[in-house]
Amino acid sequence: MGEYEHLLSVQDLHTTFTTDNGEVQAVNGVSFNLDERKVLGIVGESGSGKSVTAYSIMQILAENGRISGGRILFKGEDISKWDEKQMSGFRGKSCSIIFQDPMTSLNPVFSVGNQLMEAIRLHTDKKGQEARDRAIEMLKLVGINEPEKRLKQYPFELSGGMRQRVMIAMALACEPDILIADEPTTALDVTIQAQILELMLDIQKKLGMAIIMVTHDLGVIAEMCDEIIVMYGGRVCERGTADEIFYNPKHEYTKGLLHSIPSLDGSKGRLQSIEGTPINMLNMPNGCAFCPRCKEAMKICLEALPPEQQINDFHKASCWINVRDGHYPLTEEEIAAGGYTEKEIEEVVSHG
Amino acid sequence: MAEHLLEVEHLKQYFPVREGLFGSKPLKAVDDVSFTIDQGETLGLVGESGCGKTTVGRSILRLYVPTEGTVRFEGEEITAKNIHNLRKKMQMVFQDPYSSLNPRMTVEDIIGEPLDVHKMYSGKKERREKILYLMDLVGLNAEHATRYAHEFSGGQRQRIGIARALAVDPKFIVCDEPVSALDVSIQAQVINMFEDLQEKLGVAYLFIAHDLLVVRHISKNIAVMYLGHMVETAEANELMDHPIHPYTESLLSAVPIPDPKIARQKHRIMLEGDVPSPLHMPSGCPFRTRCRYATEKCAQAVPELTDRGGGHMVACWNK
Repeated sequence: MGEYEHLLSVQDLHTTFTTDNGEVQAVNGVSFNLDERKVLGIVGESGSGKSVTAYSIMQILAENGRISGGRILFKGEDISKWDEKQMSGFRGKSCSIIFQDPMTSLNPVFSVGNQLMEAIRLHTDKKGQEARDRAIEMLKLVGINEPEKRLKQYPFELSGGMRQRVMIAMALACEPDILIADEPTTALDVTIQAQILELMLDIQKKLGMAIIMVTHDLGVIAEMCDEIIVMYGGRVCERGTADEIFYNPKHEYTKGLLHSIPSLDGSKGRLQSIEGTPINMLNMPNGCAFCPRCKEAMKICLEALPPEQQINDFHKASCWINVRDGHYPLTEEEIAAGGYTEKEIEEVVSHG
Repeated sequence: MAEHLLEVEHLKQYFPVREGLFGSKPLKAVDDVSFTIDQGETLGLVGESGCGKTTVGRSILRLYVPTEGTVRFEGEEITAKNIHNLRKKMQMVFQDPYSSLNPRMTVEDIIGEPLDVHKMYSGKKERREKILYLMDLVGLNAEHATRYAHEFSGGQRQRIGIARALAVDPKFIVCDEPVSALDVSIQAQVINMFEDLQEKLGVAYLFIAHDLLVVRHISKNIAVMYLGHMVETAEANELMDHPIHPYTESLLSAVPIPDPKIARQKHRIMLEGDVPSPLHMPSGCPFRTRCRYATEKCAQAVPELTDRGGGHMVACWNK
């Protein structure tokens, strides 16, 4: 394997679903990089494309879905073109995924040990007693007591938090480079959620894998992530370090999202909600996907996609308002991406 | 005139669970819970799944017949005889806006059903007017009256559920996790609506939820439940800022804070293990098996709620 710049580099990813009502672009030009030992958060609401992005990396899309454009480079190799056989070597060994609901992602008719050892046998050359030892070792790692006894139990005999621990043990059994966690704690109670998040960070320190955390919970994001991607309508609308996104948001959607959470100091009064409903992916506007709900929307927002602006070294956002306010003069590339010349933009935004 | 709108005293709700061939054992979902709610106020009820918070709401509305204890509404004890009439004054909003609306009924019929049941109109015209008024109240477009529930998004469906609850002009609504299934941006809309409606109509809420930030925002008082027992209750900010019960303490410290700087500094009190099964309740204090302050006394007797000043009630032997 040759030199590579990033552990994982998703470039201009497009994922399309064919439905009875037409083609849906669930992911529409998403790019990001993930480096070793980093925790990347993907945040967005239902239908924003955050989970589909994760599933595209693993190529576990539903039958009517396909990657319709872009590249996914893992250690420099484009895995988006890999066939099923190559992918099954990638899954588990290089990249694992855990899902929201630990009840439905475990098979109810096989024992925990059976499923855990199956994963180990499939992806490593460990067999028999060796695989069993490895399974016990993994259960210990995720903080399950009496692992020998648990191996014989069935998923229904375990609590929700315990099942999620088993899922994590299974995902990490082959020491993958990347762990994708798709809403891993949404179905759990807060005290159990705290245990699982702590466990994930703890294991990440021990094993040194990178994590992609897909969630709608800004609290979880704030506690876990080094870097954050905010998605809306299948596109990345803002990206940056956790501090930049939380304390210096530069996209109207991110601002609205942060204002929607009740304040920490318990002050009452109205919440500043985002009006309207999430967009219909079958009926996307030409311009910014958020503009039908945006209080600050301008004419240009309806007409052209906002290019990504470099706010500072740690922060990028795609919002015409940043251009209007004139803080971020566009480069030629960015103008091309927006489809307008700088002069034209000036004209449109100044007329509001 | 009664002192409180709603008074719950020593409410117990046991469910028989079969054990062995012939035996049965009571599952104590709610065990000796008392509280009051005043007119136009909100009591937030928090706790983890299985703590009995939903059961409390349902027992008040007599969707379950309480095993023991009394519930009084406007001073009148709720019994099997008067509950039908009292449901004109007490209503419920459910968590899941998908399964709590009949997919074969139009919005108009869903909202109109309680009006039909309680015969609250004199003619078709009045029924129609009332329905349109309710739709307007919760921010639904009148043109959507003839549509079916599946044509709406989650937030809009929850509005339909709220309009249905408001149809009989109730004084009290049990809201069972009404925003948990909604996206953050939609959650804020619905929470605002709950608050607007309270201001406008003077309705009181029992707001059951597990999201503590939301509960703090909407409630005047908060009660914390653990394994069927109420362990702490106080004014909302007092409880969140100065929790006394060890369970409340760890519950609060477990909440992920949407603020990276605070999150990094936070000291978390980790709870070991899971909630015990309510079928095998620990003796004495229900929380003692996971409590870091537990002593021998905790195993011997259940602590009562005692006032720690200013109505801050706590049930703990050691704190």
